[in-house]
Amino acid sequence: MTVQLDRAALGQDARAFPIVVVGHVDHGKSTLVGRLLHDTDSLPPEKVAQLKEVSAKRGLDIEWSFLLDALQLERDQGITVDTTQIWFSSASRRYVIIDAPGHKEFLKNMVTGASQAHAAVLVVDAAQGLAEQTRRHAYLLKLLGLSQVVVAVNKIDLIGHDAARFAAVAAEVRGYLDSLDLNTAAIIPVSARHGDNIATPGTATPWHAGPTLLGALDALEPPPAPFEQDLRLPVQDVYRQGDERIIVGRIESGTFQVGDRITLAPTRQTARIKSIESWPNEAPKSGARAGQSVALTLDEELFVERGMIVAGHDAAPRSARVLGVRLFWLDRSALQVGDRLRLRIGTAEVEAAVTTIDEVLDVETLGTASGKAIGQNDVARITLTLAKPVALDRYAALAGTGRGVLVRDWRLAGGFVVESLSTSADLTRVDAPVTAAERAQRNGHRGGVIWMTGLSGSGKSTIATALIRRLTDRGAQAALIDGDSLRLGLNRDLGFSDEARAENIRRAAEVAKLFAETGLIAVVSLIAPRAGDRAAARAIVGDGFREVYVKAALQTCERRDPKGLYARARKGEIANFTGISAPYDAPEAADLVIDTDRLKLEEAVDRLVEAIDDAYYTAERVSFAEGI
Amino acid sequence: MNDLDWLEAQSIHILREAYARIRPIAMLWSLGKDSNVMIWLARKAFLGRIPFPVAHLDTGLEFPETYAFRDRYVKEWGLDLIADPCPPIEATDPTLPANARLAARKTLGLSQAIERYGLNGLIAGIRRDEQATRAKERVFSPRRMDGQWDFRDQPPEFWDQYNADFPPGTHVRIHPLLAWTEVDIWRYIQRESIPVVPLYFAREGKRYRSLGEIGITMPIDSEAADIPAIIAELKATRAPERAGRVMDHDSEDAFERLRVGGYL
Repeated sequence: MTVQLDRAALGQDARAFPIVVVGHVDHGKSTLVGRLLHDTDSLPPEKVAQLKEVSAKRGLDIEWSFLLDALQLERDQGITVDTTQIWFSSASRRYVIIDAPGHKEFLKNMVTGASQAHAAVLVVDAAQGLAEQTRRHAYLLKLLGLSQVVVAVNKIDLIGHDAARFAAVAAEVRGYLDSLDLNTAAIIPVSARHGDNIATPGTATPWHAGPTLLGALDALEPPPAPFEQDLRLPVQDVYRQGDERIIVGRIESGTFQVGDRITLAPTRQTARIKSIESWPNEAPKSGARAGQSVALTLDEELFVERGMIVAGHDAAPRSARVLGVRLFWLDRSALQVGDRLRLRIGTAEVEAAVTTIDEVLDVETLGTASGKAIGQNDVARITLTLAKPVALDRYAALAGTGRGVLVRDWRLAGGFVVESLSTSADLTRVDAPVTAAERAQRNGHRGGVIWMTGLSGSGKSTIATALIRRLTDRGAQAALIDGDSLRLGLNRDLGFSDEARAENIRRAAEVAKLFAETGLIAVVSLIAPRAGDRAAARAIVGDGFREVYVKAALQTCERRDPKGLYARARKGEIANFTGISAPYDAPEAADLVIDTDRLKLEEAVDRLVEAIDDAYYTAERVSFAEGI
Repeated sequence: MNDLDWLEAQSIHILREAYARIRPIAMLWSLGKDSNVMIWLARKAFLGRIPFPVAHLDTGLEFPETYAFRDRYVKEWGLDLIADPCPPIEATDPTLPANARLAARKTLGLSQAIERYGLNGLIAGIRRDEQATRAKERVFSPRRMDGQWDFRDQPPEFWDQYNADFPPGTHVRIHPLLAWTEVDIWRYIQRESIPVVPLYFAREGKRYRSLGEIGITMPIDSEAADIPAIIAELKATRAPERAGRVMDHDSEDAFERLRVGGYL
């Protein structure tokens, strides 16, 4: 007979407590979950019978892991491919168990599962101790925002229930978790296969004085809701209802009351909250707090759009264009300096470029090394430059608006937490008094930046000069920004070190952007040898940026040597000379390549004019959202 | 917030993300309890009026009570209904088990709707606790050009940063109820007074626990004639929810094959 327990008396109107089970492949995660379900009497008899049947089909006695490894592929290969969830109850509360794959290849699925949990069970094989994925998983738990870990030292039967061996493994695991600043709630010797110390104390481990796995889980507290923190409401959308503009979103942290004065980030406009809207029309709500999805109106007509943040009046987040982040990378293809991706944080979405890779982490030693590329499943610290300022927080201050994702080729490719942010936080951009559309109408074309890169002597200046002539003759507003000219004026304080070159390019990009915003077609002629610097320039300029690679073989350039520089560099009179004593990263995905070994000057200019027609003269595409 | 408040807030967040980022989009309305909860949540998310069509994949084989329910609530809820008939059984994969072929008509109906209305997103009311392969789903789940589910290589999904970007020609399934359980659904129906098809309530010792087409859906033995009785029954039972769905049980992988092919 089943005894009906009263929900309220058991506090079961609380959310089912989400627990993720992680650890190295084959240390027994799925088996442990199967056993936990069985020992808490959570499985229907038919399910157990079905399990026996499919196990027998594969020549096994009873394979608990098949409960969760539902896919044929998983059963046939005996490994978990993707994360799954299953519900069960202890005597004191409901749980949802998230099983995560331990195989390195499926780390993205482990991250998916673990990110939804309040706490983790880290499964460690008693004979093997910490293995590579144990360490990686633990490190990721920390980055994903989990803080509580229960360690199950599994297969204790296979080491003869040896107390000394258990103590050694426990010390090793605790040491590693401590170094990550993770809270080790308990370390328990278990046998998932035989059920020792899962839901009931094991008779074979009389030396273990601590709780069972289930007991340790029941003792975990849910993380506190961030009610006390600053208000952060990332705007998801703005709906119109009659004359009313309704801002919708979910509150990441803090609380608000109707009548509160708020500040919008990044625009720093302020207004008061006029009402909270809801359907069905119930009694009007007077306030809301973290976790709730809300709809609200303001007492003033402000420009609000997705990506902004509603914050407290005197506590708005900073906006930043340069972020120092700690990143975990999940994509198969490596992340490199100069790569451009979509970045999403809160509800904001922006183009970002990888400006530097500061260090790549070794999860084994927790040491770091400098690296040029971040491979799949690596953790690294990098610097990102955004195409426009975005309102966000440091993760340590506010988790919800201090972490985000990178998207490449339509896939989530990595996640990051913001460690530092910089630039122009306390400055306010003045809106242009004349709109881009108005300027485009007068000029007959939009503003933009043609960014020509190539070796010294490749023909950049010659082509740029001829291009400006041609554009001006046909009535366009075009201007030249030449690297040498900049170095004679604006950039005369800069040398040729890597940092100085990067700053040279940053300034050129900012100037070009100003030109483009005034409606001009700015033609930039700069060697700009590093891919990372050029990506940063593209991020600064944004949409109207076109990279043109003026290509010529080094021998050709050296033969031309219009300024006699190669000859001097060869003699050692000029240090850090691109192509001779400093590297040139040829663009891999330029918008246009002009090969001056093959093309005549007139042909080169023709091609550029064609590209400019496409880029700045065609009718503006109507964006998807505006079409609705 | 209690657990239902949390689930509601999460689902509303998902629905608003889907509408803000994917157009054109539609919601699948199977007329079952879960999809009625989903409609209710969408009305909350969009403050009364659902700003996209709802699609009923009509096999012509629903129960009369189900059709009556549809015709009534289309009007009462002001829904923009798409109800094109699904292609015939002859058009389905002949290597599937017989009952699964009946279900596969819906897969074809789905592809037909995606093509006919140029949909980039489809919101569906599946739940993780219904079935083990559904437990592995993402909230935003990309589908290949042919509508198939590539379960071997699902993209990561974390921190509620859903993946709404997709290559041209593919579409995204959005699953706002993934975290709900069967009991959650009934507790919410009770709390919010959401109407459901009367076949869920016991008459003469039988009721439908999971509602599908005539011929491939079987009622269970039950005396539960109202919602509190259903909730009490579900807490006591250990039989799986979809036990009355014949097509799931033809072979070990029958449901997995259906889902890989694009079934819900």
